Amino acid sequence: MKRLLPYLAVAFFASVPLWLQDQYFLHTLVVSGIFMLAAMSLNLLLGYTGQLSLGHVAFFGIGAYVSALTSLGFSISIFGYQITHEPWPAVVGVILGTIVAGLCGYLIGKLAFRVRGAYFVIVTISFAEVVRLVALNWVELTNGPLALPGIPPLTIGFEWTGYATLWGKAQNYYVVLAAIVLAYVIIKRLVYSPYGRAMIALRENETLAMSVGVSVTKYLVLAAIVAGAMAGTAGGLYAHYIQIIDPMVFMFLNTVTMVIMVITGGKGTLAGPIVGGLIFGIAPVVLRSYVGPELQWILYGLLMILIVFVLPDGIVPAIERWFGRTSESAGDRRSLTLETSKASQS
Amino acid sequence: MDQLLQHLVNTLIMGGTYALLGIGLTLIFGIMRIVNFTHGELYAFGAYMMYFFAVILGMDFFLSIAFAIVAGMVLGAAIEFTLLRSKRGADIDTTMILMIGAWIVLQNAEHLVWGGIAKSVPSPLPSEPLVIGPISISWLRAMVLLIALALIAGTYLVINRTKLGKAMRATFQDSGTAALMGVNINAIYTMTFALGSALAAAAGALLGPVFVIAPTMGDLASLKAFAIVILGGLGNITGAAIGGFILAFAEEIGAGYISSGYRDAMGFLIIIIVLLFKPTGLFARTERIG
Repeated sequence: MKRLLPYLAVAFFASVPLWLQDQYFLHTLVVSGIFMLAAMSLNLLLGYTGQLSLGHVAFFGIGAYVSALTSLGFSISIFGYQITHEPWPAVVGVILGTIVAGLCGYLIGKLAFRVRGAYFVIVTISFAEVVRLVALNWVELTNGPLALPGIPPLTIGFEWTGYATLWGKAQNYYVVLAAIVLAYVIIKRLVYSPYGRAMIALRENETLAMSVGVSVTKYLVLAAIVAGAMAGTAGGLYAHYIQIIDPMVFMFLNTVTMVIMVITGGKGTLAGPIVGGLIFGIAPVVLRSYVGPELQWILYGLLMILIVFVLPDGIVPAIERWFGRTSESAGDRRSLTLETSKASQS
Repeated sequence: MDQLLQHLVNTLIMGGTYALLGIGLTLIFGIMRIVNFTHGELYAFGAYMMYFFAVILGMDFFLSIAFAIVAGMVLGAAIEFTLLRSKRGADIDTTMILMIGAWIVLQNAEHLVWGGIAKSVPSPLPSEPLVIGPISISWLRAMVLLIALALIAGTYLVINRTKLGKAMRATFQDSGTAALMGVNINAIYTMTFALGSALAAAAGALLGPVFVIAPTMGDLASLKAFAIVILGGLGNITGAAIGGFILAFAEEIGAGYISSGYRDAMGFLIIIIVLLFKPTGLFARTERIG
């Protein structure tokens, strides 16, 4: 049953566009899915290596801007040289966005992992703010606060099959679903590999891990690259789905949304960001008809505080404890969760 | 040259309030080890309280500043008492997430209560600027600098010359021993957080009349305060005071000679550069890198 759960979940979510009539709700699911993807990548850093990155939105935004600019084309002059870029297909944009965000993950990882704890958090926030200010002020490239409108939607296909343009919500829904499944598989493979064990070892006790020969920088930077690239993919998908982006994508509240998704669902669990992402993706739509946006954020803030007091490990570990699963895979995962809870208490 | 002189004068005036913000945060973040994201909201709260007392209740300008500071102190004590007291000894991530939650609640509550339209507080001082040679200073800004300097000196004396300050320093050096010596460490934790919050509220009450008051004004204030604390070294009050002036100077020069759009980027660049090359801060004596 436990083994089947991911397959059942995928089968259920794949069937949603077939019976869901409400287009607005489908749109909500697509956007939640994109943020869920970003939250899953954040979980790799926050949950598995134990490093709270509060600049994660930078990777998301870089992916979005790179992808949008690749597919829109641009013309800028740097030190007197005119650089002109002709529009490329949207898919290439998403791939480039992923690569560039991954490279930024490498650079920031190399720089920021020199410090730990609160310092790391502040370096990552500063990085995101600097990127936001660049997006706001480099008007020639990014159009500044006037936004980049008219980003083309994704097209799929090959020369011999013909191209299909993904205008519809249902098609984008399947693209996002596929990306989430792929990201889940990659993260699961990574976490249960020797690399993942090393990351968890660093989270539990960095000094001890170092003493047995775990290379700190290597594994932390690897996690930052994968997390950055995945968040970049999410940003690229966002840009081509929404079709307009402005520097507001770098809002700190977007990072906060990802963090809430991860800690509510359960950091350091594979399913945590997915459960948290569903809750915080759908909650705004349900709340919107009852309360204004300010009150909605106040409720989010209170919920965050409540989670820390009531369910410090998040929802998924709490459910797993409730059912007290004994099968091998569940035991394996629970040991990870137990490690998380110990880490959060230390 | 005249332009540079004017920039230096502006630096002094912004630096005074930045120093207040930084000293407040260095008490909370540097000494109590709480990554306090509500600091900027306390700053905004101070500014709104200034508006409340001076404009809505129509009280005396200087009395309003004092009341706004007291209100900030009470709110700070309430945050410490409700959220942090039971989580003492929890790891830094837990308290950080609590503080992010509190920050979101406070900011949106301000938005809900006061609305999104910016408010302004009229100054009782003459609007004619004070002109000395090529430099002009408004009376209001000069007064802001004087009050800020007085508050900085007062905080320094409280921490270093009073029994309360001694109890604070003892508690954060070794809370167990301090408790054995008869220090009520719970009260000290609350008072330190309240003092730090009061300084943030003071900065808000002083700058509120200079600029306009808006619900989002706290966001950058928090991050700038972190920059100042890191620049000065954690828990270093003198360092935070100097750091405030350095940040103000970097912003003035950045805005004046590079581009005004990048004024706010200066603080973040300072954070990144300082943490990469001298993570203990410019004035630290001991090694502390988290």
